[in-house]
Amino acid sequence: MSSNFASTAYTAAPFIGKTFGVTVNKLSKKFGRTTVLRDISLEVKAGEIFCIMGPSGSGKSVLLKHIVGLERPTSGDVKIGEFDASDPATRDKVHLALVFQAGALFNSLSVYDNLALYPREHRLCNESGIRDRVMNALTILSLEKAVKKFPSELSGGMKKRVAIARALVMEPQLLLYDEPTSELDPVMSATIIEIIATLREQTAVTTIVVTHDRALAFSIADRLAIIMDGRICAIGTPAEVKQSKDPAITNFLNPVIDLKNPRFKQLENNHE
Amino acid sequence: MNQIKLVLGNIGGTILLLVRSLKYIPTLPRQFPRFIEQCYFIGYTTLPIVTILSFFIGSVLALQSGYSMENFGAKQFIGTLVGLSMARELGPMMVSILLAGRVGSAITAELASMKVYQEVDALETMSIPPERMLVLPRLAAVLVMMPVLAIIANLCGWYGGAIVCQYTHFISVDSEAYFAALKHFMKPQDIVDGLLKAEVFGFAIVLVCCYTGLNTRGGPREIGASVTKAVVTSLILILVLDYFVTKILL
Repeated sequence: MSSNFASTAYTAAPFIGKTFGVTVNKLSKKFGRTTVLRDISLEVKAGEIFCIMGPSGSGKSVLLKHIVGLERPTSGDVKIGEFDASDPATRDKVHLALVFQAGALFNSLSVYDNLALYPREHRLCNESGIRDRVMNALTILSLEKAVKKFPSELSGGMKKRVAIARALVMEPQLLLYDEPTSELDPVMSATIIEIIATLREQTAVTTIVVTHDRALAFSIADRLAIIMDGRICAIGTPAEVKQSKDPAITNFLNPVIDLKNPRFKQLENNHE
Repeated sequence: MNQIKLVLGNIGGTILLLVRSLKYIPTLPRQFPRFIEQCYFIGYTTLPIVTILSFFIGSVLALQSGYSMENFGAKQFIGTLVGLSMARELGPMMVSILLAGRVGSAITAELASMKVYQEVDALETMSIPPERMLVLPRLAAVLVMMPVLAIIANLCGWYGGAIVCQYTHFISVDSEAYFAALKHFMKPQDIVDGLLKAEVFGFAIVLVCCYTGLNTRGGPREIGASVTKAVVTSLILILVLDYFVTKILL
């Protein structure tokens, strides 16, 4: 698959020159009485791949939703470049694309129409221009044969690739992935990891990946952060994070399977 | 107290959705295919059931009124009674109830599933307002299709009444006399008032169903809950609005 990308000339209109960094400043989020994010601050530099890791329910996806402006902070703010992420107008100024965990493809539209929706709605080019753009993205992701199919006819891996292709058609300046390798077999996971890295290489787009997949994070991240219980526990390059002595991080990165004293029993005891 | 807050919040949210949708009226011409698709869905697919039900409502109305009016020797006015009842009240009301049950439930289910499966979030990240793409074409389509459906309901009801009057032995009012009575006592304003009612009810149903669908939270189970909520709210709304609109029009 990776060699396929290397040989594929990306001939669609070039990405708009500027890529954007992201600054999260003292971000907190509460849903009712539950605090999901606590005083999070981090900076993603323009053009880098930044991974946000953490166990399930730690607040990673909520943080991602704040970055794309789907959630409003309880306190603090998120900036994309100099623009406020919670302002809907920002999405008109910055081309940002989010690849959702389950793809979030439009079930009533074919793969082609899913990809063509963005340029059509924003009237970016005429129908032949849209066709070029869509077919280019599909070619890059080896999805030419799926062009007429509907999302319900696709496998999990193909849905993810179509979702990435849809993001690609948007020519993003900021590209975000929510659990891109979840529910995929190891080969398809590796394929998706290669796609993410290759896209950044070819387009220099700022990439933020939310994941709990260690292989993904440590193989492609320029920097990464680990979130636990709504707080950032570690931030730095993969090598720096690996050297962390924090037992919670060590346990998260290298969980030991202990059949004599299983974790779920400990959780049960804690709840009691 | 929380229930009152919730109801007020929903009313506010629905009005806000309407205002946001109306902001995109200038984009309607380029959404023409979507508008036509919704016209087809709201109008064409509802037509058979509207036709059948209206026909039998007119028939039953003629049968019941014929049975009662025979005692007063007022059989010649059955046409007037059926005509006015269908045009001013039963036509728009029946079409609206059918719309809530058939179209409203489908709209809510579709939008709720789009919300639950993050398709609405995907639209927002693409800077495509859901109000523009999902709500406005439906509102425009219902405004066009409701009068059409109400007129068809009226005609079917009138003809249902006429057939019953002619062929029921204890009524035996021929079609000519039936339609003469219908024409004599009915004014064009009666029909216009009925169409106006249908417009108001249809618009309110689609708006409420869109709002309920787009505000679905949680998992797939909530889709069903949203559909029930939207249909029940629509039915209550039809009756409440009926009183106020009738009062204004009388």
